Amino acid sequence: MSEIPGDLKFLKSHEWARVEDDGLVRVGISDHAQGQLGDLVYVELPEIGASVQAGHGAAVVESVKAASDIYSPVSGEVVEVNEVLNDKPETINEDAYGDGWIFAVRASNRDELNDLLDADAYAERIENDDH
Amino acid sequence: MTEKTVLNDTHRALGARMVDFGGWDMPINYGSQIEEHHAVRRDAGMFDVSHMTVVDLHGARTREFLRHLLANNVDKLKVQGKALYSCMLNEQGGVIDDLIVYFFDEAHFRLVVNAATRAKDLAWIERQAKAFGVEAKERPDFAMIAVQGPNARAKVIGLLHEVDRPRIEKLGKFVAAAAQGPHGMPLFIARTGYTGEDGFEIIVPAEHAVALWNALAAAGVAPAGLGARDTLRLEAGMNLYGQDMDETVLPWEANLGWTISLDEGRDFIGRAALEAQKAAGVPRVMVGLVLDEKGVLRHGQKVLTANGEGEILSGSFAPTLNKAVAFARIPAGEPGEVRVDIRGREVPVRLVKYPFVRDGKACEGI
Repeated sequence: MSEIPGDLKFLKSHEWARVEDDGLVRVGISDHAQGQLGDLVYVELPEIGASVQAGHGAAVVESVKAASDIYSPVSGEVVEVNEVLNDKPETINEDAYGDGWIFAVRASNRDELNDLLDADAYAERIENDDH
Repeated sequence: MTEKTVLNDTHRALGARMVDFGGWDMPINYGSQIEEHHAVRRDAGMFDVSHMTVVDLHGARTREFLRHLLANNVDKLKVQGKALYSCMLNEQGGVIDDLIVYFFDEAHFRLVVNAATRAKDLAWIERQAKAFGVEAKERPDFAMIAVQGPNARAKVIGLLHEVDRPRIEKLGKFVAAAAQGPHGMPLFIARTGYTGEDGFEIIVPAEHAVALWNALAAAGVAPAGLGARDTLRLEAGMNLYGQDMDETVLPWEANLGWTISLDEGRDFIGRAALEAQKAAGVPRVMVGLVLDEKGVLRHGQKVLTANGEGEILSGSFAPTLNKAVAFARIPAGEPGEVRVDIRGREVPVRLVKYPFVRDGKACEGI
């Protein structure tokens, strides 16, 4: 299990959010989640310009085993999607917190970030999941 | 209480992701299911299938009993060690289980049945066996390892006692024989499998299973989990009990007609129901589907045809083909343009003849 970067915030449903210097919120799934899902074979990305709501489905990842909705941690407008995942969905398995990001949102309400778990709280949560 | 095979600690030491599989704690993968799948298609992989149930049948009238119990005809088994795939049906023609039967001698046959159906299978077999004076004896003292792939046989044969090698080398498909493995351990080696590749399924006394597994690993056989086993058998066009057929499905509706032997005068359980459905017309058929666009076909998705709705039975991403394939049960008749409902989106799919993959390659038309 790789280290959880300290600058990330999490939904209980295993999505991470990283607030970047330009104010964008980049979103992906945790390393724990990719491990649970197994080899990813398909990612359904949101449309650029789509509006997303915190806690609602914005993308879908499919592994050999199952399809999972990816919830957006914050509300706002999708301004970037990771096109690499169209051809290489396994990038999420290889680098869940880096190259395996899924989309980026221009947040309409930054306060929503306060509702997310910090890295330590998330780590504790998945620790309990495993037992 | 979850059951464990004798290889459980070995799987955990290899870092396997363990899941509950029909009441057994089994490895779903050891890291990457797709890599394990490719290892079997391209080289050799091994699966712990010790959760499967081995039942030995003893009694002078065992053949007669099996002629009654099974929908395929055990009279096809004439040579010692020969194996036969068959369904075991109820009186309504529904499938209680699918199994492999091995012939040792007239007073001894062996069945290998599914793990998830163990209790009901044993109860059914014992109930039917009484009238024939046949004794059914479960063999929990055995473990089972399937070694599959283009190089699987060579890697197993290299571990056998020298005197056994030429004989096992010549073993025909669907035939089994005894041989000595590493350190003289007694093996029962069958040239059978559930992947569409050549290989062996090896029954080994439980106390030798870890040593056999380790010897196979040292010979370059890759551990593979039940996840890869599922995608391999789907590509190979092989049914999974509980998903592709069950007690509510007659073999005609599950593409298992090839296993039904309607030979004259043999009164097997379920025969009357099978003949009645055949005469009346089989209402549903099982077909193969290929999805050429992105997405994954999955169990339970709705299939839309010109004759009404059907559903996906087994469906998955197929690593050899790099796209999704599935089995579906749909209403009989010309289906027209077929679509699958994937999360509310109607996606066109191609109806194909399967298997999808054989001996490492995509079949024609897939």
